Amino acid sequence: MEADEDKAAAEPPETVTRHRLSTRIWHWLNALTVFVLLMSGLMIFNAHPRLYWGEYGANSDYAWLEIGSTADSGYLRVGSLTLPTTGVLGHRTDWSGTVRRHAFPGWATIPSTYSLAAGRRWHLAFAWVLAIGLIAYWITILANRHWRGLLPHRAELKPRHLWREVADHARLRFPRGAAALAYNTLQKLSYAGILFLVLPVVILTGLTMSPGMNAAWPWLLDLFGGRQSARSIHFICAFLLLGFILVHLVMVALTGPLRQIGAMITGRWKVEKEQGE
Amino acid sequence: MITRRTLIVGGAGALLAGCDRLNSSPAFRDLLRGGEGLTMGAQRLITSRSAMAREYSPAQMSPVFRSNGTSNPDTPDYQRLAAGRFADWRLTVDGLVRRPLSLSLGQIGRMPRRTQITRHDCVEGWSAIGKWTGVPLSLLLDSAGLQGDARYIVFHCADRSGGRPYYESIDLIDAFHPQTILAWALNDRLLPIPNGAPLRLRVERQLGYKHAKYLMRIEARDSLAGLHGGRGGYWEDVGDYEWYAGI
Repeated sequence: MEADEDKAAAEPPETVTRHRLSTRIWHWLNALTVFVLLMSGLMIFNAHPRLYWGEYGANSDYAWLEIGSTADSGYLRVGSLTLPTTGVLGHRTDWSGTVRRHAFPGWATIPSTYSLAAGRRWHLAFAWVLAIGLIAYWITILANRHWRGLLPHRAELKPRHLWREVADHARLRFPRGAAALAYNTLQKLSYAGILFLVLPVVILTGLTMSPGMNAAWPWLLDLFGGRQSARSIHFICAFLLLGFILVHLVMVALTGPLRQIGAMITGRWKVEKEQGE
Repeated sequence: MITRRTLIVGGAGALLAGCDRLNSSPAFRDLLRGGEGLTMGAQRLITSRSAMAREYSPAQMSPVFRSNGTSNPDTPDYQRLAAGRFADWRLTVDGLVRRPLSLSLGQIGRMPRRTQITRHDCVEGWSAIGKWTGVPLSLLLDSAGLQGDARYIVFHCADRSGGRPYYESIDLIDAFHPQTILAWALNDRLLPIPNGAPLRLRVERQLGYKHAKYLMRIEARDSLAGLHGGRGGYWEDVGDYEWYAGI
């Protein structure tokens, strides 16, 4: 694989190995695992759709985020800002004409009808898959040196360079041909941010909510500023992850979805002939 | 004609329906339950028997300590005991013990006490910090004398829900933990009825539903099978909640 990449730099061959087997396995495992974790997590959130900062937080304490309902409408409140969300969050009428007052609607949760116990069963089982998969992938990319391709060079972090990449992305002008074989800086930053920041933080904040883990590793509470802060950070990380997935899917759709998905399945990538721009 | 939109919506719908079908499959639920065993094993592996739940300062306490679940058991027996300020209430300790006990609230109050300011974590997600005073469970179990084959301590409660009595159970590791107490006071006042008067369990390294309220009887057993639904607790039987609620 390393040899393929070296050759690609000199003279692009017809097809190259774009994604290693370990990367492909981890990608598709996570496609399933993260989907289950996000949706079962929303079910758990529905049991108490309020977020707090600090160690404690319950109904009589101030919540910085809340999804709720009045007699005939749903709302999302963040701080002092209240947004009407009738039909989606807090209040919706389902296909049978029944009014549902859950924070997140049934189409966004696992299972689709309210069950905190079942949501927890799914979430806590698949959390193991996420955590073991992440650690295994860390070890793998350390061993096969793939991690070096994920960290930006110093020159790539210069504001001018970053700005040019942002501007190119905004104009939907993406690297083609041999230039598309390496990750661009925005890709590196988002992949590294998910791999080394968001995923570990989402796992550790999940553990911080566990009273058993608090006894075993009390430093978790100090690291995140208390159990309710950890719950808030866990929720924010989940939505960062969702945002990453949405942008990721848009980018795949804009850059030849069939070729991209094919490469993530087979690993092979046919290099486009470069034409002078 | 199949449009991209119907494909996406239909695909997502099929995926959701698939999850719901998996959710109602007993074999798949058993697979998910395997996660509970893994979690309990892993937590027990990295946690020493005496590892303590965090204790807080009075300044860190919740302004209001909310209650949850039953707020006032509606059985005639409990109402009669409450009307008499629990003067006629007795806690039975029996099962696999050498010396069964029957203790009044006064007797329990005169036993050595432990006071701890701890965080109560509800399975729903909220937390409240309160100050609990009570007798360490280990003292009671030691004076009753557990028999060699005792593996679980079961807590039988006065409250009922949907016709079923509330009950809970823990293993001996949690039963003999120094912070596991039978609390008769919350925030320096006698335990209020919504919080489980006259006596409730505190098992600080697990979630709130394990902290059985309205205690009537403590039973030492070698197995949880054959007791009510067989899963070791009201919510475990009724709602498929985890018996090990350390996370």
